[in-house]
Amino acid sequence: MPGKLKVKIVAGRHLPVMDRASDLTDAFVEVKFGNTTFKTDVYLKSLNPQWNSEWFKFEVDDEDLQDEPLQITVLDHDTYSANDAIGKVYIDIDPLLYSEAATVISGWFPIYDTIHGIRGEINVIVKVDLFNDLNRFRQSSCGVKFFCTTSIPKCYRAVIIHGFVEELVVNEDPEYQWIDRIRTPRASNEARQRLISLMSGELQRKIGLKVLEMRGNAVVGYLQCFDLEGESGLVVRAIGTACTLDKLSSPAAFLPACNSPSKEMKEIPFNEDPNPNTHSSGPSTPLKNQTYSFSPSKSYSRQSSSSDTDLSLTPKTGMGSGSAGKEGGPFKALLRQQTQSALEQREFPFFTLTAFPPGFLVHVGGVVSARSVKLLDRIHNPAFVGIMGNTRSYKLLDWNSFNSDEPETRDAWWAEIRQEIKSHAKALGCHAVVGYSESTSICEEVCILSASGTAAVLNPRFLQDGTLEGCLEQRLEENLPVGCGFCHIPYDELNMPFPAHLTYCYNCRKQKVPDVLFTTIDLPTDATVVGKGCLIQARLCRLKKKAQAEANATAISNLLPFMEYEVHTQLMNKLKLKGMNALFGLRIQITVGENMLMGLASATGVYLAALPTPGGIQIAGKTPNDGSYEQHISHMQKKINDTIAKNKELYEINPPETSEELIGSPIPEPRQHSRLLRSQSESSDEVTELDLSHGKKDAFVLEIDDTDALEDVHSLLTDVPPPPGFYSCNTEIMPGINNWTSEIQMFTSVRVTRLSSLNLTNQALNKNFNDLCENLLKSLYFKLRSMIPCCLCHVNFTVSLPEDELIQVTVTAVAITFDKNQALQTTKTHVEKSLQRASTDNEELLQFPLELCSDSIPSHPFPPAKEHLESASSNSGIPAAQRATSVDYSSFADRCSSWIELIKLKAQTIRRGSIKTTVTVEKASPMGEGNFRNRSAPPCANSTVGVVKMTPLSFIPGAKITKYLGIINMFFIRETTSLREEGGVSGFLHAFIAEVFAMVRAHVAALGGNAVVSYIMKQCVFMENPNKNQAQCLINVSGDAVVFVRESDLEVVSTQHPTANCQPLCAGGEVTT
Amino acid sequence: MTSELDIFVGNTTLIDEDVYRLWLDGYSVSDAVALRVRSGILEQTGATAAVLQSDTMDHYRTFHMLERLLHAPPKLLHQLIFQIPPSRQALLIERYYAFDEAFVREVLGKKLSKGTKKDLDDISTKTGITLKSCRRQFDNFKRVFKVVEEMRGSLVDNIQQHFLLSDRLSRDYAAIVFFANNRFETGKKKLQYLSFGDFAFCAELMIQNWTLGAVGEAPTDPDSQVDDMDVDLDKEFLQDLKELKVLVADKDLLDLHKSLVCTTLRGKLTVFSEMEANFKNLSRGLVNVAAKLTHNKDVRDLFVDLVEKFVEPCRSDHWPLADVRLFLNQYSASVHSLDGFRHQALWDRYMGTLRGCLLRLYHD
Repeated sequence: MPGKLKVKIVAGRHLPVMDRASDLTDAFVEVKFGNTTFKTDVYLKSLNPQWNSEWFKFEVDDEDLQDEPLQITVLDHDTYSANDAIGKVYIDIDPLLYSEAATVISGWFPIYDTIHGIRGEINVIVKVDLFNDLNRFRQSSCGVKFFCTTSIPKCYRAVIIHGFVEELVVNEDPEYQWIDRIRTPRASNEARQRLISLMSGELQRKIGLKVLEMRGNAVVGYLQCFDLEGESGLVVRAIGTACTLDKLSSPAAFLPACNSPSKEMKEIPFNEDPNPNTHSSGPSTPLKNQTYSFSPSKSYSRQSSSSDTDLSLTPKTGMGSGSAGKEGGPFKALLRQQTQSALEQREFPFFTLTAFPPGFLVHVGGVVSARSVKLLDRIHNPAFVGIMGNTRSYKLLDWNSFNSDEPETRDAWWAEIRQEIKSHAKALGCHAVVGYSESTSICEEVCILSASGTAAVLNPRFLQDGTLEGCLEQRLEENLPVGCGFCHIPYDELNMPFPAHLTYCYNCRKQKVPDVLFTTIDLPTDATVVGKGCLIQARLCRLKKKAQAEANATAISNLLPFMEYEVHTQLMNKLKLKGMNALFGLRIQITVGENMLMGLASATGVYLAALPTPGGIQIAGKTPNDGSYEQHISHMQKKINDTIAKNKELYEINPPETSEELIGSPIPEPRQHSRLLRSQSESSDEVTELDLSHGKKDAFVLEIDDTDALEDVHSLLTDVPPPPGFYSCNTEIMPGINNWTSEIQMFTSVRVTRLSSLNLTNQALNKNFNDLCENLLKSLYFKLRSMIPCCLCHVNFTVSLPEDELIQVTVTAVAITFDKNQALQTTKTHVEKSLQRASTDNEELLQFPLELCSDSIPSHPFPPAKEHLESASSNSGIPAAQRATSVDYSSFADRCSSWIELIKLKAQTIRRGSIKTTVTVEKASPMGEGNFRNRSAPPCANSTVGVVKMTPLSFIPGAKITKYLGIINMFFIRETTSLREEGGVSGFLHAFIAEVFAMVRAHVAALGGNAVVSYIMKQCVFMENPNKNQAQCLINVSGDAVVFVRESDLEVVSTQHPTANCQPLCAGGEVTT
Repeated sequence: MTSELDIFVGNTTLIDEDVYRLWLDGYSVSDAVALRVRSGILEQTGATAAVLQSDTMDHYRTFHMLERLLHAPPKLLHQLIFQIPPSRQALLIERYYAFDEAFVREVLGKKLSKGTKKDLDDISTKTGITLKSCRRQFDNFKRVFKVVEEMRGSLVDNIQQHFLLSDRLSRDYAAIVFFANNRFETGKKKLQYLSFGDFAFCAELMIQNWTLGAVGEAPTDPDSQVDDMDVDLDKEFLQDLKELKVLVADKDLLDLHKSLVCTTLRGKLTVFSEMEANFKNLSRGLVNVAAKLTHNKDVRDLFVDLVEKFVEPCRSDHWPLADVRLFLNQYSASVHSLDGFRHQALWDRYMGTLRGCLLRLYHD
């Protein structure tokens, strides 16, 4: 019996009146976990019942602990008829399963009903006692930490970044089961909520298992999504980056999680190797090459993990090797080889991270993306679904149509896409893809799968198989110019994958850089940026004929490349118009509807000092002899030039003058008139490399050959800049602003617009969509005007087409006020600052190895042989895995790296021992409990509910995150049959979103936290039927619950305790509450 | 292209004070937008009318959702749905319970019943306050009244505790509750010159001195009729007031009283002769008001009587306020020198309050 779950129901408050006669309620509570149910006594006639129940104890497998949610139902007792349900609370107990996170869940939870919304609150205490389980074949993965944050969480250090993990599970959607015809909407909604909760638990557990097998202890950048495929089912899929993380501030907390074997397994005995630093030779690449003849990650999926594919490809080796830039010399080549070998072992060298430890990212190639249109075509009679179970078939549209079990089908779909991404990255001379994400858009039975990321060359230091020795690494780092290194092209100059205009880097003048750079990642902290950045969006609609099944899918497939091209052109034009040369955080969303396709791309434009000054936009008319036409053209040209000049001023883009380019005159010689850009069309079926060339000319030429193009130019100029005092970006931090105050406001805004159905043209559609987005932004600026000077960060637009003529746009972002006076700081100091930060980070990283030398090796209590045996025996069931490892072990270089890791671990163990005293200090005042104590203090008239901040960013300005309490992943359904009475669609959704926020905050507070970081609303599916007075909405949100301490508080406290290292954090934690 | 749905939800609920005021004043969304446009906000921010419309709608929706909580302010503090900083919560509550002078003068002392609610239409037309706002204010009065009516303890404290209002506003509500409970007539034409502040001032003095709670004897017999300590006048005290009649009924006592007052005030009043001539009338008026307070009907007319019997005569003789003060001080103090009069304490309890009230009521 690996775990005991204990639940206590304390009290309720603000309950609804359930008995009209007495205006009171006779409430009791059912506590359900798995198949066990407990009940409290009925508390008669009160709207504020005090149950103060005994501890309900559930003895369960840890597998169930991970999968199942705790379900608390509040009911009204009725002697004569059935008890009426008041509402429910689902509590995800996962955060209690890892030792570093929360120890208790305790607090007031809103009681939620899918028909009535929040109906009062209930006070619950939940605890878990876990027993150690030594069974290595277990199905649970307790102890693996999950983070939504797409960077290394603030109080951790990445020891190793293992790589990509993915999984998906499929089930029938209860809404489409036959039983749904006879049950109430409430029952159906609850079945759905519960199922999704179960599925995400299962998914997380399976991903955790993969992580353990990769010897990691955490998943960073965890992104879980639902595909509501309607009749064909419900897919829950997740991707993430497996890491081995190490807690920074208090190493004492790095106690092994409940039963994670990861660490012991890592301690593979290579201590016989006395001096690793003498190896100057590179790794044995040939050996490595042998190892990737199969995909090792396959072996990670021992049990039902369905997401493996048999797609074995032979990677193109040596793609970039031997062709490195002149200055990079042998080191670069060597580095490339090593990284390549390290990464090519992985089936998918993808990373969901968007920000990286310093030195991790070496070069960036550009954006890679792939899309594929699939048909969710059912073969069996729908009436039999409930009975037939899983034996359903799917038909693949494009190639080899075959029938199989569903998860495999979905897995194969994604595997194809990932394979494509991988090969695109290769074509760019890159071995890895960073900032990777996947998404879907479903309309009826057509589904577009999309994946995108940024092709990159990574430093192998952080990768598991990285084999670089310290000395080489150091020399390499000296060689890499700071602040521009990532801009340098990773591909071969003479053998470029696409035509691009290369120049020598404007920063170091040694390496080649492209003229523009598009990426999906955040701006690296060490990048040198001129001026400020801004949000750049490309918006596009394309009409499509209504069609069925395959015809429909074909039509969409045919439209996609054109959309991609148009989106790209728009982005490029707008970027030029802003006078900038790079895009970060690029996210292109293609949404499919009944009769149209929508494309929305958002990114943050910046001026990278390393890249050349962008040329202007040149307009070329087709009929140059027409005088009035010529005049019109020159008028437009002037307007464009003015806009560029204005934007440069607005975003403070004043790059240092260079001899080659004159900044003031972006318009080049008129000889470029002849250039015809629109003719360039190289769109293949599903491929888009967005770094399409726009020629070797300095200026970007727009040829106005028809009204379409004219429209485009006009739309370029209609984008109005944000009002003074406002900036916006879709990345984490706004380039050029670095003095945030602590005032933040996270918000969600939703708009649904009905298009007039009469003679819709592409132009009209585009204009409508453009206006919708622009007006939405204008509204946001107006609403948040009290926060000026302020920046909207992480602006995340989502478009969906819920019905024929409806467009829904959902925006989530955070507004942060900054200090205007300090904002005038020059970029130079900013760079210096970030450099400093980088260097201190490096020092931190070096800390352990340095300490190692002073520690005597024998002091470490090695149990090496035994551990090794154990790990070997645990692998015995899977010969493939064993073989794989043995090959690795034989590699000399690997030995070194393992040795280094081993020593690092040892250092931690030693540290752990040496600060025992501080551990007790921490135990005496655990932050979580401190919070809990304060919160549960008897409510007096003046006490208010504790403030919980929410932000889509990974940090909180002016504060330090001291503890991660676990992932928040919640799914809610709300339905109404009295839409008018609830204030119409707006009233309904407004209330629901407010309720969702409230439930997220309540869960975070109950975990002892005071903020959610990396918050994201992944889904907001809204359906209405005004004629029936009905509406339904599904919302899925996630984020990381954290404890943060104000920096000002921290300073005060730390001056009080200058000696203790750990104390300020603990004490500070209590100060904030 | 029309927006079917348009919402904005912040983690911290955005409250626009100006829009809140417009909402409280009962303006419809379109009226509120028009008023905001007139305030020049579009020019200041460069926004469009559509943006303003959407913003106003959003705020109105939020306020509508908050209204349910504002009906029981402690709920607003403990609810989890809207995250609002404490200072903003206080502002929301305070503004919601604030009322218009013109409106309160119309309903002060009236029974807070359905019947009165039906008259709100007329009040709205008369005062120019929107019907919606009138309803809110009326419902606020009624809600506070219902909650504290049967409650023991200090009226002001009870209101403050259950509605989390500021001290000033709690006192005002105490006055409203007190007036509504005792049904004091305030609507007569001759009382029109009085402001709500005048009445609230008197109410406070009366609550402090003339109610059961004022005596401080309540805790000794909790089962008796002392439940509404601050809301009801002390019946026993009102009965006792009959005893004061002797001051005017006994001719010697009246003359003695007059001579005592006149001796002291000679040369100090600009209206001495008028005072001397009117003394007996004034004294009779004041004492008779006291003697009549045993009947509920006469209690209701207290303010009418005071104005008729004292304020108006003095005003017609153009007494300056300083003279009124001197006279009243002397008038109450001289009674202590009347050997034949035994109800000194009773006199002080009555006259102390009345003097304060009269001074407040004495203006144009």
